Amino acid sequence: MTVISARGLRKEFTVRVKVGRLRRDRRTVAAVDGVDLAIERGEMVGYIGPNGAGKSTTLKMLTGVLTPTAGDISVCGLSPVRQRTRLARRIGVVFGQRSQLWWDLPLRESFELLRHIYRVPPAEHAARLLRCRALLDLDEFLDTPVRQLSLGQRMRGELTAALLHGPEVLFLDEPTIGLDVVSKQAVRGFLAELGATGDVTLMLTTHDLADIEKLCRRLLVIDHGRVVHDGTIEALHARYGSRRRVVVELESPAAPPEVIGATLVTVTPLRFEYDLTGATAGELLVRLAGLPIRDVSIVEPDIEDVVARLYTGVPVTDAP
Amino acid sequence: MGAGFRRYSTYRQATVAGAFTNTVFGFLRCYVLLAVAAGAGTATVAGYDPARLATFVWFGQGLLAVVLLWGWTELADRIRTGDVVADLLRPVHPVTRYLATDLGRAGHAVVTRFVPPVLIGPLFFPFYVPHRWTTVPLFAVSVLLATVLCFGCRYLVNATGYWLLDIRGPMILWALVSGVLGGLYFPLRFLPDALVVPLWVLTPLPSLFQTPLDVLVEIDPTPRQLWLVVLQAAWVVLVLVLCRVVQRRAERRLVVQGG
Amino acid sequence: MRAYWALLRGQARSQTSYRLSFGIDLVSNVWATALDVFTVFVLFAVTRTLGGLDLHEALVVTGMSACAFATGDMLVGNIERITLYVRTGRFDAVLVRPLPALPQLVLLDLPLHKLSRAAFGATVYLVALGAADIAWTPGRALLAVIAPVGGVVFFGAVFVVTASVAFWWTESGEFGNAFTYGGRDFTSYPVSVYSGWFRNAFAYGLGFAFVSYYPALALLGKPDPIGLPGWVGWIAPLVALPATGAAALIWRAGIRRYTSTGS
Repeated sequence: MTVISARGLRKEFTVRVKVGRLRRDRRTVAAVDGVDLAIERGEMVGYIGPNGAGKSTTLKMLTGVLTPTAGDISVCGLSPVRQRTRLARRIGVVFGQRSQLWWDLPLRESFELLRHIYRVPPAEHAARLLRCRALLDLDEFLDTPVRQLSLGQRMRGELTAALLHGPEVLFLDEPTIGLDVVSKQAVRGFLAELGATGDVTLMLTTHDLADIEKLCRRLLVIDHGRVVHDGTIEALHARYGSRRRVVVELESPAAPPEVIGATLVTVTPLRFEYDLTGATAGELLVRLAGLPIRDVSIVEPDIEDVVARLYTGVPVTDAP
Repeated sequence: MGAGFRRYSTYRQATVAGAFTNTVFGFLRCYVLLAVAAGAGTATVAGYDPARLATFVWFGQGLLAVVLLWGWTELADRIRTGDVVADLLRPVHPVTRYLATDLGRAGHAVVTRFVPPVLIGPLFFPFYVPHRWTTVPLFAVSVLLATVLCFGCRYLVNATGYWLLDIRGPMILWALVSGVLGGLYFPLRFLPDALVVPLWVLTPLPSLFQTPLDVLVEIDPTPRQLWLVVLQAAWVVLVLVLCRVVQRRAERRLVVQGG
Repeated sequence: MRAYWALLRGQARSQTSYRLSFGIDLVSNVWATALDVFTVFVLFAVTRTLGGLDLHEALVVTGMSACAFATGDMLVGNIERITLYVRTGRFDAVLVRPLPALPQLVLLDLPLHKLSRAAFGATVYLVALGAADIAWTPGRALLAVIAPVGGVVFFGAVFVVTASVAFWWTESGEFGNAFTYGGRDFTSYPVSVYSGWFRNAFAYGLGFAFVSYYPALALLGKPDPIGLPGWVGWIAPLVALPATGAAALIWRAGIRRYTSTGS
């Protein structure tokens, strides 16, 4: 079942550009320029792209905060802007820097207020809160006013707040921005667990690609308002020519054999590295049998490299 | 000072909005005071004829943003965030530095906030043109003194932040007292003499607002005008000295307690 | 309804968590209105009539205005913080909740410390009613109750309209004060003290004359020196209706503007 769908989504903004000393011209800029999306129930989708690529604008249109200039959107079968308050009950939104919590109140009370605002039956509310408390370790700061929480603690509170009404879709805008390593892992672990249940559809924007690698099977890359990649991380690697690398370390010096479907990239007396260009790691290892091998490791391609190349505008080709 | 001028010239839209609002309040206050004069049935009320009252109101509306009675929390904000420590590292004394910035701000306000109501008022209301040539330079000096004095008072109010966590109490007290007892809502001479004279001598408040305006509309003969300005100057000296004393105490406290 | 109650409770709990500041605010807010009333007394120290009313009669106008403004300001006044919400993006967080934006904003920021001021305004009004020479009839008693209620709604509408300006003009700064606090000052005195186009604009164009002046004349049984018929005072509180309608339209247009520009 398609939970989020968008066709020909477009959003233009009018900006004033300074021309000369006093004159300003109005210019129309398309922040989102013809985006098509179809996200199925239970999917976890990473939505990435450089700053200003149109990520937040898309998210705002999907949540009903922004009216699209053109295109159709349907989220949970509703039209976001027209049915904004109805949609609000069925989605959860975490804006990285914009709190849903009451600054001067303890988390516990914020959660209680949200229960009334979303009109959640007490039993359901209690069950969800119990689960979040356990998974996110909320207990130690449940009675601390939000203003005194660390960023990581607050973000765990925000996640809980977004989930207490049992949303079908969770939108996350930069959920790990500014968090310390431990909090990042806690948030990721929680989201992974949430996604594994298959009940909640998750769409997150992020700059931290580790989020994507840990959480998302599917990746949408947006640049200049257009989707430039929609598929798995592997597909992205394949398309942008990133390879798995096999690193071979030796007990004593030996010559590296030539292997079809693998390219030698580094050779030192006690170590050589192959990029797999067609062969599997297993096929390569078979060919290496007989060498004085001390250790073999496989390095997964780094998505950062791929995306960095994408962002810097290096032309995309299908083979090196 | 130049930096202060430039910084405030970037808030162009807020300046337009502010000048508009000052002008609307000019109309409101002017009509009320003229109705008071009309209702009294005498040629003057407390020494003011209608032209003097109107001029008092409109120059007062212009002056409001120049002396800046309200809305300055820069020092208090820096104290709260702890940025104030950086001020101590600069070669110029904090009071001097903030004063220079404030004079730049006031200079900008003279152009953008003082001029509009002063030009608009006389279009719709009678206007008092000073008769004595000494009045205009004396008014200029008086405005400058009022600006410095008002800065000093605001500095002291802000500096309570060195000792208090929440300075809203002193802030609100200042906003209320300075407006009424400075002469913004009505000329202080409407009050009985037994109240006005001690108020003028024992507090800096009438020197903030009432003095320059009374000087301008020549409510007193020249010697009395001069004495009022001298009184203003005395308050300026006293308040600035107080600012430095407070600042020194605060710095000692900062150094001892480490902020 | 329970959702709104929850918002209100949250706000109450937040504010009272700073007990000292709350106390300071509670006291200082009374002073702001007290000084307005004090000013009226000072003016009457140098004159005997103001716009055709004596001190006691003028205080009915001032009291009605103070009561209406202070209550309207308490209930809706903090909507002017919308500029802050729009600038910091917190307005987005308001929009993704399952409640309309306006009541949310009003309740999220309801300044309970202004309760003292509203109570003070009501007291001034009651004392003024007692001191003035009013020939009480059931009709006048009803008007004495309805007029300030209409005034509260009217000022609420003014606050919403001036706050909506922020959707088009983010840097509007003090602009709104000209009509909110300016409206309070205007309605504190008999409309007959103003004249010319300024009076026409504020009194009849914007409708401020019907907040306190005309109802007060009807209570006092005095004719209007400007020349409007006597029944105007009796229907004056109805001015709240078109004001509310206009405010609703402008607010909605503002929200539409926000959701199409996102700034």
